[in-house]
Amino acid sequence: MKDTLERIRTCAKELADSCSELKTLDDIRVRFLGKKGELTSVLRGMGALSADERPIIGALANEVRADIENAISTKKKMLSDAAAQIKLKAEKIDVTMPGKAKKLGKKHPLTQVLDEIKDIFIGMGFQIASGPEVEYDSYNFEKLNMPKDHPARDTQDTFYITENILLRTQTSPVQVRVMENSTLPIKIIAPGRVYRSDEVDATHSPLFHQIEGLVIDRNIRMSDLKGTLDLFAKRLYGKDTVTRFRPHHFSFTEPSAEMDICCFSCGGKGCRLCKGEGWIEILGAGMVHPKVLRNCNIDPDVYSGFAFGMGLERIVMRRYNINDLRLLFENDQRFLNQF
Amino acid sequence: MNLSVNWLNDFVDIKTDPKDFADRMTMSGSKVEMFDNIKNHISGVVVGKITKIERHPNAEKLVICQVDVGSESKQIITGADNVFEGAVVPVCLDGAVLPDGKTIKKGKLRGELSEGMLCSLGELGLTAHNFPNAVEDGIFIIDFPVEIGQNITDALQLNDDVFEFEITPNRPDCLSVIGLAREVAATYRLPFKNRTPKFSSDKGDSIENYLSVEIKNAELCPRYTARVAKNIKIEASPLWLRNRLHACGVRPINNIVDITNYVMLEYGQPMHAFDYTCLDGKAIVVRNADDNEIFMTLDNQQRKLDSSMLVIADAHKSVGIAGVMGGANSEITENTETVVFESANFNGANVRRTSKKLGMRTDASSKFEKGLDPCMTMSALDRACELVELLGAGEIADGVIDINMDNRTRRTIKLEPDWVNKFLGTDISAEFMVSALRSLQFEVDNELNVTVPSFRDDASEKADLAEEIVRLYGYNEIPSTLVNMETTQGMLTKEQSLMKNISQSLIAQGASEICTYSFVSPKIYDKLHYPENDIRRDSVVISNPLGEDTSIMRTTSMASMLSALALNYNNRNEAVCMFEPATVYIKREGTDVLPEEKVEFCIGAYGGGQDFFTIKGIVQQTLELAGVYGCKYIPQTDNPTFHPGRTADIVKDDSVIGIVGEIHPNVCSEFGIGEKTYVAVLDFNVICANSVTEKSYKPLPKFPATTRDIAVVCKKDISVAQIEDIITENSGNILESVKLFDVYSGEQIPSDCVSLAFALAYRADDRTLSDEEIDAKMKKIIKALTKIGASIRS
Repeated sequence: MKDTLERIRTCAKELADSCSELKTLDDIRVRFLGKKGELTSVLRGMGALSADERPIIGALANEVRADIENAISTKKKMLSDAAAQIKLKAEKIDVTMPGKAKKLGKKHPLTQVLDEIKDIFIGMGFQIASGPEVEYDSYNFEKLNMPKDHPARDTQDTFYITENILLRTQTSPVQVRVMENSTLPIKIIAPGRVYRSDEVDATHSPLFHQIEGLVIDRNIRMSDLKGTLDLFAKRLYGKDTVTRFRPHHFSFTEPSAEMDICCFSCGGKGCRLCKGEGWIEILGAGMVHPKVLRNCNIDPDVYSGFAFGMGLERIVMRRYNINDLRLLFENDQRFLNQF
Repeated sequence: MNLSVNWLNDFVDIKTDPKDFADRMTMSGSKVEMFDNIKNHISGVVVGKITKIERHPNAEKLVICQVDVGSESKQIITGADNVFEGAVVPVCLDGAVLPDGKTIKKGKLRGELSEGMLCSLGELGLTAHNFPNAVEDGIFIIDFPVEIGQNITDALQLNDDVFEFEITPNRPDCLSVIGLAREVAATYRLPFKNRTPKFSSDKGDSIENYLSVEIKNAELCPRYTARVAKNIKIEASPLWLRNRLHACGVRPINNIVDITNYVMLEYGQPMHAFDYTCLDGKAIVVRNADDNEIFMTLDNQQRKLDSSMLVIADAHKSVGIAGVMGGANSEITENTETVVFESANFNGANVRRTSKKLGMRTDASSKFEKGLDPCMTMSALDRACELVELLGAGEIADGVIDINMDNRTRRTIKLEPDWVNKFLGTDISAEFMVSALRSLQFEVDNELNVTVPSFRDDASEKADLAEEIVRLYGYNEIPSTLVNMETTQGMLTKEQSLMKNISQSLIAQGASEICTYSFVSPKIYDKLHYPENDIRRDSVVISNPLGEDTSIMRTTSMASMLSALALNYNNRNEAVCMFEPATVYIKREGTDVLPEEKVEFCIGAYGGGQDFFTIKGIVQQTLELAGVYGCKYIPQTDNPTFHPGRTADIVKDDSVIGIVGEIHPNVCSEFGIGEKTYVAVLDFNVICANSVTEKSYKPLPKFPATTRDIAVVCKKDISVAQIEDIITENSGNILESVKLFDVYSGEQIPSDCVSLAFALAYRADDRTLSDEEIDAKMKKIIKALTKIGASIRS
């Protein structure tokens, strides 16, 4: 009986090893381990054994069964793995083919940069204010310390609607509106469209965008203006950006300044981009003129503040190397798709 | 304003590297735009003397000159016919560079060696105004003493650094050599050489014998100062004077005119010289012009004046427009023997208005309009007389007429050093503040009372003093600090967030944002087929537009969108979908009332298989994202801009949010778009008003849904919305959703009908629905559908 068991073991293992199909493997299992299988038949004859032999043969029979089961399951795994491999291989696709995307639109480059600028100022605690584009002369000029016939008006060729109503030439009238209508302290930026009577060419447009800023509180110092705008420049242009402040003149600030950044193209040596100066003018700024504060019923002996303004188009054109301002207003999809 | 360093040195002794000078002046507040020296553009050109001239053997029109250039003699061929033996001329040696960038090389001309070139005035970048005795169409013959072999820029005294300053409108005093010299002296802390003009006059011949002056409008002319010069000899000015004018971009004319220009540049005080013999009645009267007075100015243009303008007149007629330009009737000519020099002060605003009205901005008016210092008329006038004497141009009659109605007092401001430091965030010493102000010619007494100089009308309060101090202290010395104030919240308002979200939604759905002009042509309303009397034609009109195309503020964003689409169509972009958050300007009733400015989201598309439902889908998704639910799309059949059968008003309750539709083919062709074009316009204010952003959780369903599909066959003029309404109305509150999933017409369907297949889902919160319950609903629905002539396709 021991021999029979050994024979069954050898035979079953050989058959399992040489088997190449899952179906045949199942047949092998039935043939040896099934209810009517060879091993089962042998075990049925156990009753004829002596009490001494029975446990020995019993143990051997279990060992044989375990061996056969092991051989079959090992083979089964091998075969199913191979089958899975074949299936995977057959399912191969060309992953370099294009994805199925829903086409996205593009944000206009002016909005992209404006959103970035807004985020920088929002991060510094500024809110976003706005005001009308068709504006009173008094807000655009007079309350900003530029009375009628003031020569500074000549630098801003103005479109008029009536004698008293015009298209704002700057976003600065929003300063006045905010000062008249808000509670102090004030910390705002005001982006928007402005209009000047300039003929269209590669660097001029009768309509362009400015971003105005205004901070008013007790004890606001000119050093705060520098710190705030320097931080802004570093956020917009990179942390290694070097700024410089130069004296300038605006009717509604005193002292007034312009902020330049060290030319990012030549590093200050002077090149075509910075017209050899090594510096690029970014914005105008200054301490709010006491006359403007008084015009808005704010006491300049108690409060002080700073204001700044910058042109969006120039920042955008430099960032993307756009050499013609007209492209921004033409809206050719091939242009817009680039951003 | 151009500044010649040679001229500057009359007032400040300064020798400096031009780049360093430009930087320092810029940083102290006088911005240098550029600087140059003509010597940087001319090299290898020397003074030569022609010693011998022979005919060129091979060319009739050329001659061969032997030219002494100092150390040696050169053979140079020229085609000019004004050369002669003994002539002193500019000579380009081999390798010379001229201002136009041209390099001169030696070479053979028709077989003969030419070792350079003789040059004309033009080739040196000069004109006959610089050298009145020279001709422009020949070689420049130098007729004054120069050294042979000398560098030409030295010989012609052209070696001068010239700086171009940007002068801001608040500093008219810096529109002069003296004004800038004061700034240079303060910046470098060098002494400013103040000089008083000196000249002698003919004691026996008083000005009273010649002239009386009367000011009839003192408000517009606070001061008028005049002297008379006689025995005038009109000729060219000396080279140094011509060169200085040239450096400042002013054309030399003759000695008397040049003197007035020279003084204007040096002092910033515009002057005028009248030919005395042209003045009737020995009188000058400063008065308002007559309405409709016709006057011919120096440039021989007829000008029509009005009574708001100020003129200089004699006893009978106007002889100049005050502060703008003199008259042709009293111009200095070659025959002028006696002149009246005028040095006056005029009201800036009035000069500005006059010059604007007449459309003539002159050197004089651009200075006067900024408001000049009345205190300088006398010294400027004296300087002119000094120059007359220096140039030997004439004799000065004794005495001066000076009518001074200027009643300004010198302004005093208290300097508060602590306040200045607190305001600037600095720690500047009081000593520095005082010395800075004094260097700018502000007087400061021991009590720190600061008296503002008469030429600094711009400085009126303590913030102005702070600026004067800090610009000399150095803006870059101010520390950088961050604001120390009550915390403010940086954030977008609800409307700002909503606007941003709508844009993001449109971008995510494939629309690209555009940016268009807010002013348009009035013709767009015709192109959009607006009726003749349509209220939307009533636009805000620009009174001084650049042209008709940009002359009115738009009341609709559609034309801008269609123009942008047309541009893309013409540029052969095949599939385009774009949007703009566009401001429109709606007129309000009343005079001097600002228009309403509101934002429209305009969406436009053509090509790429996009159709009405593409745009409607974008609109629906966007409105849902904006929190506007339950909008209805009501067919709009009589909007002339749109296709009558493919357009819907978008309505939420009682408010119209906007419109979506296919553009009328005729409108498309007006704009030059050759494809079906779709546009939607959404009113942002209405979106805001209907936007619900609060959300609340609803438990997920516990019971299964039951679905039924039905196919409705109905006449083609019955809308899907009608059938959906019938299904909804007859389903009670257990209808979860109804979705159109198929539209069919063709076989088995009558030709005037269509089959619409809907998937219905029913669900209750508290139970599993029974078939009987649903069947009952379906029966009701079918019955209701039958009433409108629809049937169910089995």
